[in-house]
Amino acid sequence: MSIEDASGQGVTITQTGERGAFGGELLTVNFGPHHPSTHGVLRLIVDLDGEQVKRVKPVIGYLHTGIEKQMEALRWQQGVVCTDRHDYLSPPINNLAYALAVERLMGVEVPPRAQALRVIMCELTRLSSHLVWLGTSGIELGAMSVLMYCFRERDTIMDMNEEISGFRMHTSYIRPGGVMADATPRFFDMLAKFVREMPRHIDEYEDLLTMNPIWRSRTIGIGRLAPEVAKVVGASGPMIRGSGIAWDLRKVMPYSGYENYDFEVATNDGCDCYARYLVRIQEMREAVKILGQALDRLPDGPVNVDDRKMLPPPREELETSMEAVIHHFKLFTEGYSVPPGDVYVAVESGRGENGCYIVSDGTHKPRRVKFRSASFVNLQALERMALNHMIADLVAIIGTADTVLGDVDR
Amino acid sequence: MGLEDLVDSLGQNVLTTTVGKVIGWGRGNSVWPAQFGLACCAIEMISTATAGVDIARFGSEAMRASPRQADLMIVSGRVSQKMAPILRTIYDQMPEPKWVISMGACASTGGVFNNYALLQGVDKVVPVDVYIPGCPPRPEDLLNALMILQERIKAQGIVTR
Repeated sequence: MSIEDASGQGVTITQTGERGAFGGELLTVNFGPHHPSTHGVLRLIVDLDGEQVKRVKPVIGYLHTGIEKQMEALRWQQGVVCTDRHDYLSPPINNLAYALAVERLMGVEVPPRAQALRVIMCELTRLSSHLVWLGTSGIELGAMSVLMYCFRERDTIMDMNEEISGFRMHTSYIRPGGVMADATPRFFDMLAKFVREMPRHIDEYEDLLTMNPIWRSRTIGIGRLAPEVAKVVGASGPMIRGSGIAWDLRKVMPYSGYENYDFEVATNDGCDCYARYLVRIQEMREAVKILGQALDRLPDGPVNVDDRKMLPPPREELETSMEAVIHHFKLFTEGYSVPPGDVYVAVESGRGENGCYIVSDGTHKPRRVKFRSASFVNLQALERMALNHMIADLVAIIGTADTVLGDVDR
Repeated sequence: MGLEDLVDSLGQNVLTTTVGKVIGWGRGNSVWPAQFGLACCAIEMISTATAGVDIARFGSEAMRASPRQADLMIVSGRVSQKMAPILRTIYDQMPEPKWVISMGACASTGGVFNNYALLQGVDKVVPVDVYIPGCPPRPEDLLNALMILQERIKAQGIVTR
């Protein structure tokens, strides 16, 4: 029997009349794309034997935005705004992957203060991303109040984003050649206060969940991902660290000065949803540690490369220097050109390896931009994790994969 | 007359109004949004529902997972060509009277993504009552849109559209 699916999207579900373990026919259930627990618009076609999940087929593309194609139509410096919007929970980390790729092709190195500011923004983002994950996962498993606590701290981070860049979510703060502007003194005050208070707030989340019997019974032993399977599917981030493999790009391939910070790679051998929860909690603590260190030894100096061909001259030079006006004009009409070549740069986002592959043909626009998004790859582990679990546990398993559909579909 | 007597006598009072005004007042103060997140704006929508700005002050904290129980659809984010028919289905499943808020630049106009993949404005598939600019708009912007919508609903009275 063949059923055309309700959305008319041309995906055909074929029921083969296959029998389950107890002789009943397998039931095909459509899960999403409009479902409150799919973290956006993920659609799963689930084959059920009674309540047991026998097959999971993700159908993606409901949030396909054409970001990669769009970036081919934008100049190098304009592409940054698109990187903000694909993984919309970690904009500065996406910015960083793109900026590092462009900088590597151009052969420039940003000053130490810019690197430190980048690290600060990335770690703040990792925290806010994990907070959204924790809050929404809590809601999905019935812990309604966790969201309120998580979003309280997320709003503090958003306020800091606003202070440093003028915008709450899509900051576009990290750009090829440095950062948008130096941070204000008020930002550092806010950050110092945040670093002081955040460990206590993480304790609060742990008080709510770590020993909570309902949370434990909904996550322990659920969604087992064996280390070898995690490697085979190419999982990264908390997904692979929750399976006991200490793979963190900040440690193994340091970028933007991460080698100068003292932090631990959070791992857990549990391989289940609970282990991944513990890994994320631990990562939040480590992120606060990195923030504290970055704040303590923030170097002085410029926050941008001193290259008039890449970044506009300071405002005051425009009044006095004809050359500055020419540079300014060229940058804002044509943009800068990047030498021909291709490069792949990967950074560690809250979800895992967030890579950016760019091809330049030497003009002022990219020839091709490709993102290796952690969400997309981590989604491949979904079926293996969900196999033979109850359909209700599928919600916990989708939550633990922490997919952002904007990142999956781009 | 003491305070207690005053309170007692209030129960005896008769206020005159129209049925339309009462219905408008009731509808306007209990707009239940469909829990329907699409992209970045959905995160700010969640933010609006949390303690910081607290949409519950305006009677809209009951985000319904089923469109059958919802009055308001907040299109929070970019609508791809693939998602458009599903969005329309959800809209059709909502009972009358219903309203739509188009949240953010992408939902309203396509935003920066003027390309093959995105619907250039959700008003091509569903009628929109309030547009919110911003990418994404602040939670306060969403509250403001809700208040504009509430005023409109209250003025609308008994008339359905």
